[in-house]
Amino acid sequence: MMDHILSLLIFFPALAAMLGFVVRQDSIRAYGIAVAGIEFFLSLWLWYAYDPMVSGMQFMEAAPLIPAFGINYLLGIDGISLFIIILSTFFTLIGIASLTETRRVKDMIITLLFLEMTMVGVFAALDAIVFYVFWELSLVPMLYIIGAWGGPLRIYASVKFFLYTFAGSLVMLVGMLFMAYFYYQATGTWSFSILEWYRLILPENFQIWLFVAFFLGFAIKVPMFPFHTWLPYAHGQAPTIGSVILAAILLKMGTYAFVRFSLPLFPDASVFFMFPIAIIAIIMIIYTAMVAYAQEDIKQVVAYSSISHMGVIILGTFALNVEGVSGSVFLMIAHGVVSGALFLLVGVIYDRRHTKLMSEFGGLASVMPRYATIFGIMMMASVGLPLTINFVGEFLSLLGFYKQSHMLTLTAGVAIIVGAIYMLSAYKKAFFGQVSKEENTKLKDLNKTELVGLVPLVIVAIWLGVYPKPVLEPINNSVESVIQLMHDKAQSAEAKERIPNLSESNGIISMQEAH
Amino acid sequence: MLEPVNVSLASLNLATLAPMLIAIVGALSMLVIDLVKGGLHKSLYVMVSLLFLLLDLGALVDFGGVFLKNGTVLGFFDVMLMDGIAILSQIIIVAGSMLFIPLALTSKRFHEYNYPEYFSLFLFMIAGFQFMVATDNLILVFVGLETASLALYTLIALHNRRKSFEAAVKYFTMGALAAGFYAFGAMILYAISGSVEINQIATILAEDHYSNIGYVLIAVSFMIAAFGFKLSMVPFHTWTPDVYEGSSAALAGYMSIVPKIAGFVVAMRLFEFLVHSGVVWLQVILYIGVVVTMTAANIWALVQTDVKRMLAYSSISHAGFVMAAILIGTTQANTGLFLYWALFSFTNLGAFTMLWVNRQKNLLPGQSSDHPYEKFSGMVKTMPMAAIMMGLFMLSLAGIPPFGLFWGKIYMIGSAVSAGYTLLALIMALNSAIAGYYYLKLIVFMFMKEPMVGYEGYYLMNASLSLKTIIGVAAVGTIFAVFAVNPLLEVITLFVYNSGY
Repeated sequence: MMDHILSLLIFFPALAAMLGFVVRQDSIRAYGIAVAGIEFFLSLWLWYAYDPMVSGMQFMEAAPLIPAFGINYLLGIDGISLFIIILSTFFTLIGIASLTETRRVKDMIITLLFLEMTMVGVFAALDAIVFYVFWELSLVPMLYIIGAWGGPLRIYASVKFFLYTFAGSLVMLVGMLFMAYFYYQATGTWSFSILEWYRLILPENFQIWLFVAFFLGFAIKVPMFPFHTWLPYAHGQAPTIGSVILAAILLKMGTYAFVRFSLPLFPDASVFFMFPIAIIAIIMIIYTAMVAYAQEDIKQVVAYSSISHMGVIILGTFALNVEGVSGSVFLMIAHGVVSGALFLLVGVIYDRRHTKLMSEFGGLASVMPRYATIFGIMMMASVGLPLTINFVGEFLSLLGFYKQSHMLTLTAGVAIIVGAIYMLSAYKKAFFGQVSKEENTKLKDLNKTELVGLVPLVIVAIWLGVYPKPVLEPINNSVESVIQLMHDKAQSAEAKERIPNLSESNGIISMQEAH
Repeated sequence: MLEPVNVSLASLNLATLAPMLIAIVGALSMLVIDLVKGGLHKSLYVMVSLLFLLLDLGALVDFGGVFLKNGTVLGFFDVMLMDGIAILSQIIIVAGSMLFIPLALTSKRFHEYNYPEYFSLFLFMIAGFQFMVATDNLILVFVGLETASLALYTLIALHNRRKSFEAAVKYFTMGALAAGFYAFGAMILYAISGSVEINQIATILAEDHYSNIGYVLIAVSFMIAAFGFKLSMVPFHTWTPDVYEGSSAALAGYMSIVPKIAGFVVAMRLFEFLVHSGVVWLQVILYIGVVVTMTAANIWALVQTDVKRMLAYSSISHAGFVMAAILIGTTQANTGLFLYWALFSFTNLGAFTMLWVNRQKNLLPGQSSDHPYEKFSGMVKTMPMAAIMMGLFMLSLAGIPPFGLFWGKIYMIGSAVSAGYTLLALIMALNSAIAGYYYLKLIVFMFMKEPMVGYEGYYLMNASLSLKTIIGVAAVGTIFAVFAVNPLLEVITLFVYNSGY
């Protein structure tokens, strides 16, 4: 069974979704929770069976799909993808468990289960085309969720989301076809296997062009400045569950793909583009923080702060050393937990008041103490308070980039600290002071359903903040092998120097330990 | 006194005529049945056509086996040419026809299906297309083309509506013009080479190193215009949306697939040797034609308010996309053409059948055309299964993986990449993004809007069991295409490569 656990993880929710068509409307929620629960336990079992000391791929599966064109069904995970898969199953479970939507609940749950298939598929795929299939397919359920359950501008927002990402990924597809063609030229057979591509060393100018092609697909997904304009619309119009999944998982596809494709395939190009991308990332952090400060809608504040933190992830990824990349992968998990939780929290107040304007709130802390506490913890985690989950990731990301450039890291660090202002001020506006509106005095505090969703997130946010080792160690091991691969493949002198050689430094450490 | 001509029957290799003859015999026998006993139900004729098409397909598969063993079969004074691409395209033509002919079995009565002539014309048309692809003799191509086209004009007109007559006349006029261009082109080619066989023309032109290049270019211009009309390449496409709108959805779907594959094969025979011998002018014209056809048709499709017209423009765009194979001209690209078209026929079959089952007898007050987008609003609430099916076909047409057309698309773009056409590959990819918008528009109407009042009675009005089966077949073919791609690729590559393309 462990041989096919990844296939099981991918197709179990899809199969369950098909059967879900038969389940009656009034029982579908329980069915959804059961399926998502089983899926979550399967993913935990995957973690249990995963060997953290091995840095390469585990649970590999291979089956020919279109061998004539080099397309195979290849799956496998390493420390980088393991936790994002667990995050996906976790959030699908929480999303379904705390679902407050009442309109056409059956369609929603079936859609969410299909979405879960595509999410797990993206992170488990080791063949570029299989990856692409799930990557594109994930757009369809999200399109439906935003378009059918969203706010007044939902159709505009969902179509914009779809077309932006679709256009970007088509350029990436051309890049993939070029990659496969270069592999064909080098070896005489077509292959879309990422592991095979890792062995291919390309001339630097090819790398740069391909890097740009892949970058377009990934950057729109992340979304990086200036391609971010679809995201505020998507978040603004999406129902709570849509925003939660979008922020927690779908955006991670972009950052994950940078680590899986861009860095190891194009090490020289990565070094070439390191500073331009770092500057874009810093612009992203500062600019979206400023925009967030100007928002009146609390959901938009959370949305822009989410983009702002994605900038830190990108910065860490392009530090191109173990600390930075491990930190950014850890931050992906952290960002998922925290921004997912914040969107859930915004959903709670929206359900009660049917507005998201901060001017309508004020003094909520006295009316809804539990809500205010959890919101406060999550907000602190979001601004990167030490001993919370985000701190670990942000610190490591910045530490990694500090080795590449002191000035840029200092700018980014200051920007993150200043960025705390808008979150604190938003919190102040909504929760402190007198209860100014009549309607707010009778608001009910969190109920059981909502607590079931939120409490586990709080626990994870603090637990991994205090003791990140169980997650960080497997990530670190896998990242080390990626960085080593990059160093070995790098051709230009600058790239050799920027990307550390781990086999040497490892030797030194072990010698010191021996003394 | 003339010498008696002595030809041994064996040297004629009459077997090469068998597939077409089966279709013709089928057509004649239906006329005979009608003579003996009139007023029989259409289901009889549908089944008889299906049987003859099945025989036809059997003969073709048999030829496929012979081809793989012995190579190209020539026959009838070397006029008939049964090479790999002839066999492949005939299989697509016959199989496509077999999937479309059961669409006549609607639950409502339609005027045209009461005539047995409809079905015999249908089979004559298929025979025409088969002649067209199974030869490299310009005269026989012409004969096949005209047989098929004349039958098709009549079939369109038989759909007894004012718009259908308009469509038939329009198509006839444009078709006549195209035939004229074709005749001029063929004439000039004959004048400079003294032959009407494409391979002879190629040899003779190569032997004198294209000294008559001026005439060749004039001939090619005429030919491009002729095939531009037939394949609806921009700017010769203007008839397409009107003709599709005027004919029944079933026939429109048929027209978007079968006549075009016949056109592609002749274009492949005629243009590829010119592209390969470095006639740069032709390459440039083809390049421009492909890019403009893809892009302009996509942009027109964006502004359509009727789903059928949108699908008409979209099929122009798909034809432009596939035409790129003729420009690229590698074995991989030509394989991609057949693969793409096989997958496309399944998806388009499904999409047009979904329109066909929703066909109304009369338009409602204020309704401008047969299938406006509004007709499909909120379909997921009234008919969830039908909405999911239609959504599936739209996603496949847009090239969303893992549905059918995606695999055709990546193979075609892959062939552009490996032939060094980087810019073309990017244009092809980005056109899929533009196309995404109008396919998405229908999905938006179906899944995200409220149902319109007044159309309830028309959903699935014509859906009989056989129509639902066809939709099911198309859906299965679209969803599970990924498993069919590898065997298809292997077979097609074998056929195309061994025919020298």
